[in-house]
Amino acid sequence: MSMREYKPKDNVQARAYYTDRFYVAPQLSKLSPNSDEIYNLDVIKLKENFEILDAYIQKDELVIYINSFDNLKILKFLRDDLTYGFLMEMSAVDFLAKRDGFEIFYEMLSQVKRKRIRVKTFLKKGLTIETVENLFRSANFAEREMFDMFGIQVNNHSFLKRIMMPDDWHGNPLLKTYPLQGDESAQWYEVDKIFGKDAREIIGPEIRDSARVDRYDTERFSRLGHEVSKGTDIYKSEPSNTAVQFQEKGGVFLIKNLNKPQKILTEKERRDR
Amino acid sequence: MQQANRLRPFFENLAFDRQDNQMVINFGPQHPSSHGQLRLILHLDGEQVIKANPDIGYLHRGMEKMAENMIYNEFLPTTDRMDYIASSSNNYGFALAVEKLLGIEDKVPRRAKIIRTMLLELNRIVSHEFWLATHALDVGAMSVFLYAFREREWALDLIEDYCGARLTHSAIRIGGVPLDLPEGWTGNLANYLDKVEKAIKNDYEALLDENRIWKMRLENVGIIDKEMARSWATSGIMLRGSGYHWDLRKEMPYEIYSELDFDIPVTDKCDSYGRYKLYMEEMRQSIRILRQLIPLYYSSDSQLMANVPQYISAPKEQIMTQNYSLMQHFVLVTQGMRPPVGEVYVATESPKGELGFYINSQGDPYPYRLKIRTPSFFHTGILQDLLPGYQLADVVTIIGSTNIVFGEVDR
Repeated sequence: MSMREYKPKDNVQARAYYTDRFYVAPQLSKLSPNSDEIYNLDVIKLKENFEILDAYIQKDELVIYINSFDNLKILKFLRDDLTYGFLMEMSAVDFLAKRDGFEIFYEMLSQVKRKRIRVKTFLKKGLTIETVENLFRSANFAEREMFDMFGIQVNNHSFLKRIMMPDDWHGNPLLKTYPLQGDESAQWYEVDKIFGKDAREIIGPEIRDSARVDRYDTERFSRLGHEVSKGTDIYKSEPSNTAVQFQEKGGVFLIKNLNKPQKILTEKERRDR
Repeated sequence: MQQANRLRPFFENLAFDRQDNQMVINFGPQHPSSHGQLRLILHLDGEQVIKANPDIGYLHRGMEKMAENMIYNEFLPTTDRMDYIASSSNNYGFALAVEKLLGIEDKVPRRAKIIRTMLLELNRIVSHEFWLATHALDVGAMSVFLYAFREREWALDLIEDYCGARLTHSAIRIGGVPLDLPEGWTGNLANYLDKVEKAIKNDYEALLDENRIWKMRLENVGIIDKEMARSWATSGIMLRGSGYHWDLRKEMPYEIYSELDFDIPVTDKCDSYGRYKLYMEEMRQSIRILRQLIPLYYSSDSQLMANVPQYISAPKEQIMTQNYSLMQHFVLVTQGMRPPVGEVYVATESPKGELGFYINSQGDPYPYRLKIRTPSFFHTGILQDLLPGYQLADVVTIIGSTNIVFGEVDR
């Protein structure tokens, strides 16, 4: 018996089929914040008031790391004092396998300075984060999406409910442990909901191959060239000499001239056509 | 087999039978003016909206999850299906984000940049035409729909001539564009621009600008004040309709927009009518941009894809003749490019607003996390603050005015 292929359980996403043993991925360069005048002032002001774990510029955008319990205060400071008035986006990145937690990012925009800041924080698994919905209403939807996709609890959110997935969905789709095709409860979601779990065996798993043809299933597939009446049971023995044409009793006569002898064209006739 | 009691619909424990004077109705997801798959749970007092709760997710295909399981080039056609009214703008947003991540955004050839800008602006016109057609149809102006679709059809013909597709273009690649413009295309484009310019003035604006019903239904409806627009992170016309002078093409220019001469229309009227005027004006500006692009196209080199063999396949002739190019092409197609470790957030001004791609790369051929910031997502969220106080008939106007596309909201 051969060994079963090893698949890591903590990340079931697609991964490179082949990676060179000695390949070291290059890093995007991280510049110091004092390479940009505006960002430098922002970071100095932030560091006067809060604990900033890390600050660097990557691809022309300032990234600051903060403590997760500071998020509300720092975002308020950014909005009121540093003119970053727009929370364009916020979401999380799953680092459960490597670091046992999530990275949450807030993408802020200052129209006055024409600059963006990415505020990042690390949230240990099981911890919760405070909502920033009262500062930015856009977080109302964005935090709901994060809750839906990662299962991260957001404290004091006014309406923390699944947003994309159905309310009775099981699991959080954007976790690395969640397979692309869905887990077991996802695959049986409709069946369980409409017919009950007992019906799983009767209905059978969903067939995802759109080109599948079951030649013995005369209920749902026609057998072109070897036709039998609909619903004929041929699972045990396939009829050996079925007619090429099949006319159902009382059915509509569709192909009139199928049996018309085919004429072989001469070379001249073919050219004249 | 089927048990009747299991088919009871699931209504989130909403009390549809109420003792007070309020009524709860489901607006959508199959309502024709819900623009796709929007379900609004409306609490009504008479015909006045007391509370609105947008319920989305009926078109959720899990694109961010799909992106984590696809190599970068593989994901590009999927972005077509987001804002399917203007799919090139999604292709472009994604391609630019990956180019930034790879650090090759300056290596994209000039002709590719010009063709991309042409496509983006043509898509903007198509998207605005479509918005006008459906919005006017929702509000009750049938003939505008027919006129607007006529011009949209011509624009789609132009795009079809270029890339072969009408709706899902995939006409932009990471590192450039795959094709040059066909023979005579710019001439057709110039003719089209003349026609659409006339149509804006003689057809749409002539029918709508002073139309009593149109004005009554749009003026002072859907007022988004400055604070609400900021707080909800609106973008695009929703933002400029509230008096913010902000367009990423001007303020944080990408592609060749810094070389082009165009204006950003802004209004501080904050209502649906003001936004309608902005749409009309933006189409004119797009026409202006496209007219400037035609001579630029003829003064550019013929190279179409960036020459970065590490990430981008070589041109076809080279692949067919050079062994090493063939090998690199094979590796790029089967394994995919491996960008550096790092993260980027790249925002572009799509016809609907700020379309942003956040990519977190861990050095694998698959993105570790790809978050798509779509304008329509937040423009749907704003409905819960915007709708209360308006009449039920205004709901249709306001949904139309936000210009949401559900491929983009649910992703």
